Amino acid sequence: MREAEPSTNEREFVLAALKEGARIDGRKFYDFRTLRLSFGSDYGAVEVQLGNTRVLAKVSCEVIRPFPDKPTEGFLTFNTELSPMASSAFEVGRQTDEEVLVSRLIEKAMRRSRALDTEGLCIVAGEKVWSIRVDIHFLDHDGNLVDAACIAAITALLHFRRPDVTVVGEDVTIHTLEQRNPVPLSIHHIPICISFAFFDNGERVLVDPTYLEEQIKEGDMTLTLNVHKEVCAMSKAGGIPMELDQILQCTKIAVVKVTELTALIQEALEADAKKRQVSRK
Amino acid sequence: MSRVELLSPEGLRIDGRRPAELRKITSTTAVLSQADGSAYLEHGNTKVLAAVYGPREARHRALVLHDRAIINVEFNVAPFSTGERRRRTKNDKRLLEMASFVKQTFEPVVVTTLYARSQIDIYLQIIQHDGGTLQACINAATMALIDAGIAMTDYVCACTAGWVEREAAIDLNHIEESSDTSEVTVAMLPKSGKITLMQMESRLHVDKLEEVLSLAGEGCKQMHVVMDKTIRDRAEDLAAKMAV
Repeated sequence: MREAEPSTNEREFVLAALKEGARIDGRKFYDFRTLRLSFGSDYGAVEVQLGNTRVLAKVSCEVIRPFPDKPTEGFLTFNTELSPMASSAFEVGRQTDEEVLVSRLIEKAMRRSRALDTEGLCIVAGEKVWSIRVDIHFLDHDGNLVDAACIAAITALLHFRRPDVTVVGEDVTIHTLEQRNPVPLSIHHIPICISFAFFDNGERVLVDPTYLEEQIKEGDMTLTLNVHKEVCAMSKAGGIPMELDQILQCTKIAVVKVTELTALIQEALEADAKKRQVSRK
Repeated sequence: MSRVELLSPEGLRIDGRRPAELRKITSTTAVLSQADGSAYLEHGNTKVLAAVYGPREARHRALVLHDRAIINVEFNVAPFSTGERRRRTKNDKRLLEMASFVKQTFEPVVVTTLYARSQIDIYLQIIQHDGGTLQACINAATMALIDAGIAMTDYVCACTAGWVEREAAIDLNHIEESSDTSEVTVAMLPKSGKITLMQMESRLHVDKLEEVLSLAGEGCKQMHVVMDKTIRDRAEDLAAKMAV
């Protein structure tokens, strides 16, 4: 089904407001919506709320045989699902352009930038490795799915604990959660996606666009960075042509945003860890 | 893991090029008889064939747009094009992603409002893969679109650049691409110098970004010269034949 386009009145109202330097939800141009992270009862389940956009990520793991040409590399797979629950434009079973782009962006941000140490997932070389799977479910679509999904995925990976294993000779014992404390994954850096929407021939740049703003925008760009000021991925697929300076300006904004968001994520993780410690006592 | 030395002490790259040197580019247009426009392009060992059909009646009624044409891109990688012979399914996300990048690159450049209620098909076929498929596809598609006589506001010229060991380098080949170097593909409109598409993979520090991007921009300008020459030669050739 095709998305319903916003009415002319709605469109003109948003654009007129932007010309006066205001967004319809009262944010400044470079402001993110409030980010809320809630953790599930077990490790690796995170629900991200970015304004009205809601994304759920769940990490699971299993032991499998590695590829013969990469005997020491574990697996990291992402599975995204744009269910019809999130928006009337999504259908079950059919892959849309949007879904492909979102899932590829997350894969590039996490896997190509080597956020997770996949060699650390090896149990016995050539025989057994961990396969980590991240399921990302979109529950409510109010724009900027990529950023929300990226935050959900990396937070879930940081939160996840895998069962401990001991290897004696050829024997591999996988300890249950009751026997031994599960161990966290080794994560090298935290990539965060920051999306921009462009209006007025690229003169006006908005961070974290809502659904309505996304429908009206002239172009978009997603930058993925980490706190070390490294660009992990960058994607501007078409849309209006931009000057190089404008793009570099966006990276400067993104650097600031990434630092803020990373602090927020780490704070939430620490708060959750404390809560778990208290409940265990 | 043993690492390949990508940059020799003398500053030459693995295939003997200097950092700011493009590979040899050969291109021809009108290579297919049935297509409305077609082009064949070689970037060193990367070989692409592009065919454009349309503007023609849209395949599916439901997709028709009343005020402009829709652009449909299909991207295909031949099983024999890579070192490892592999059959790719039609729903491979990487292929679909590539197709949608090409589609979104041309949507603002092709004057689609001239061809309301119609469809323009771009078919891309990778015949040999040696790095930089996205740039080759965009360049080949530009030439095929021009060959088909479809109205565009400008050429779209694409080029990749990356950070190879200690220097920014242009037009990476497969070995350079696959050894974890960061790579940016930039597609530019040479008249205005504006960037329509930009894709980056793997990590790169923000401070190095500007250097890499401007090098890629230089590459795009060089690409424009080459593509423009092919198009003009072809046009002159046609004009000469008509005069007889």
